[in-house]
Amino acid sequence: MTEREYDVVIVGSGAGGGTVAQELGSLAREGARILVLEKGPKFLDEDFTGRELEMASALYEDGGGFLTADRTISLAFANAYGGSTVVYTGTSLTAPERVIRRWGVPGLDHADLVRRSRRFADQNGVHFLPEEEINDNNRLFREGAASAGYRAEQFPVNVRGCKGSSLCNLGCPNAAKQGTNRVQLPNAEKSGVEVVTRAEALRIEDRSVVVRVSDKPPGSKGEPSPWPVGEYRIRAGLIVASAGAVGTPALLLRSSLPVTLPRLGEGFTCHAAFILVAEHEREIVNFVGHPKSYFVDRAEEERYVLETCMYFPFTTAKNLVGFGEDHSRFMRAYRRLQMILVLACDRTVPGNRVTIDRQGRPIVHYRITPEVVSALVAATRASAKIFFAGGALRVHAPSADPTVLERTELGRVEERIHERHFKTGKMSLSAAHLMGGCAMGRSVGDSVTDSWGRVHGIPWLRVADASLFPNALEINPYLTIMGLADRVAEAIREDAPQLLRRRR
Amino acid sequence: MRRGAPPPTIRPAMLLESVRTPFRALAESVVPETSRLDESGWEELERTIEGALASKPVKLRRQLGLLIRAINWLSVLRFGRRLARLDPSRRTRFLSSIQDSRIRLLRVGFWGVRTLVFLGYYGGPEGAAAIGYGATPRGWEARR
Repeated sequence: MTEREYDVVIVGSGAGGGTVAQELGSLAREGARILVLEKGPKFLDEDFTGRELEMASALYEDGGGFLTADRTISLAFANAYGGSTVVYTGTSLTAPERVIRRWGVPGLDHADLVRRSRRFADQNGVHFLPEEEINDNNRLFREGAASAGYRAEQFPVNVRGCKGSSLCNLGCPNAAKQGTNRVQLPNAEKSGVEVVTRAEALRIEDRSVVVRVSDKPPGSKGEPSPWPVGEYRIRAGLIVASAGAVGTPALLLRSSLPVTLPRLGEGFTCHAAFILVAEHEREIVNFVGHPKSYFVDRAEEERYVLETCMYFPFTTAKNLVGFGEDHSRFMRAYRRLQMILVLACDRTVPGNRVTIDRQGRPIVHYRITPEVVSALVAATRASAKIFFAGGALRVHAPSADPTVLERTELGRVEERIHERHFKTGKMSLSAAHLMGGCAMGRSVGDSVTDSWGRVHGIPWLRVADASLFPNALEINPYLTIMGLADRVAEAIREDAPQLLRRRR
Repeated sequence: MRRGAPPPTIRPAMLLESVRTPFRALAESVVPETSRLDESGWEELERTIEGALASKPVKLRRQLGLLIRAINWLSVLRFGRRLARLDPSRRTRFLSSIQDSRIRLLRVGFWGVRTLVFLGYYGGPEGAAAIGYGATPRGWEARR
């Protein structure tokens, strides 16, 4: 095994790791050796073709088919230079005050977190798209929501020169989305931070990371790793785990850590979601334009959020319940379809957690609670009303039986869409907002880290990603992850003189 | 096996080859348009599915094969005929009963198989074009 030595090793290059890397740029400029390890490859601009299966298999863990232990929910997260920021839609919201207050993490202040998040929003060019770039799919949601009595808000998004390809979730083909692959990682590299791709962290040992660098498979996308293929032991004064809410708990669980962390892997949660589809009489502009411009936030009142969305053919087909002629009829109406993504704001419950199997691979145990079912049913009813108010002829509702509601049934929405029809295993549930597993808190008894991402009892080990969340965030998480990662970087800069073995 | 070691894989072929007849009967019920596929169309669909399955654990691939066989034999038990020999409407009713089964494992399994059929059909350029999907990196520019 090849041995190498750095001052800081950051595992993961998404919203957490990419931000820490940029914010430690000052240390790198002073001569500290800082390394980012990324499991996925660095994609070239021309790699982003927008072809659904090709991009999904290149970018997502398990091609987007990573399933929870009971195989009822697909979890979406990416392996790439830039992590999941390569595949999000760039919607940029800051943490709600009520959520941070409910989290009750000692030392974590809402105003401080939002101030930091806004700094990254500015850096990423976050703004509202002008009216002429809003497509019919989004406009109908806004108008339908207003008619049905819901308050639709516009998403600020982090795009520069967006061409409206609608392909955000397959990696922007126009380099418009300002993920860490476009902003923070290049900045970090300019400061002297080294980024090694195709480098999977196998385990953490005492102040070292064991890493496997893989070859580029023949015919695959992305650059080869800058390091030769093989296994490495990388010694470091400080290690930052930023491999995401599935990857970081799994990495720590398969590591030989000097203290026992009873809460490690516990408290995993997500915004369980599914896609709703409605059919209009005429063609609408749906697959041209940014796919996600508006949302209705009912998290505080009813624990759900509605977002506009537009998905690709296979993803759409998968998300419609059923099969056969009824299913095909909706698919043939693709150019007349309007879509809404409904998300439930689940809170942590005992038993929902990340563990590992005998090979050290992550297993996500996550069960849908009755509260989540109620939230998703309430969200589906609201969506049906918004669809119909926007002029839809019929709505496909997974928690209705039969699943198709005609416009004439508007008055029966509450009766037709009901918890009794909600069947896991029959419906396509998914989640892209994955949270928890290394929660911040007071002590080793209730958490894994403090509010600065310091792992309890291990001063050389930090966490900087969504696994820090002690509960659901109830909005899109990336700016909050960046705000927390900024705090982690600040603490590292403060602790650097004591912790880092400088080799200058 | 040591923690962190790569998972075992098996040769990407030929899960579907061994269950071809019941799989195609099932696929025709899931996406009726597949009944118009010629042999090369079927091969393309199956190649797409096999490609997606290639990186999956051996256990999952075996379970999928077993499930397709089980559905085929459940059809024999219930109707005295294999899946491919059932008329389309009876086959649809039978598969609907599996989709709505009280046994979650059966529902999950069927969800997986139907998802693979959708992947094979709509994941390809012909399936996407057939429904009028035409997203392009040029976005608005291509429309104007």
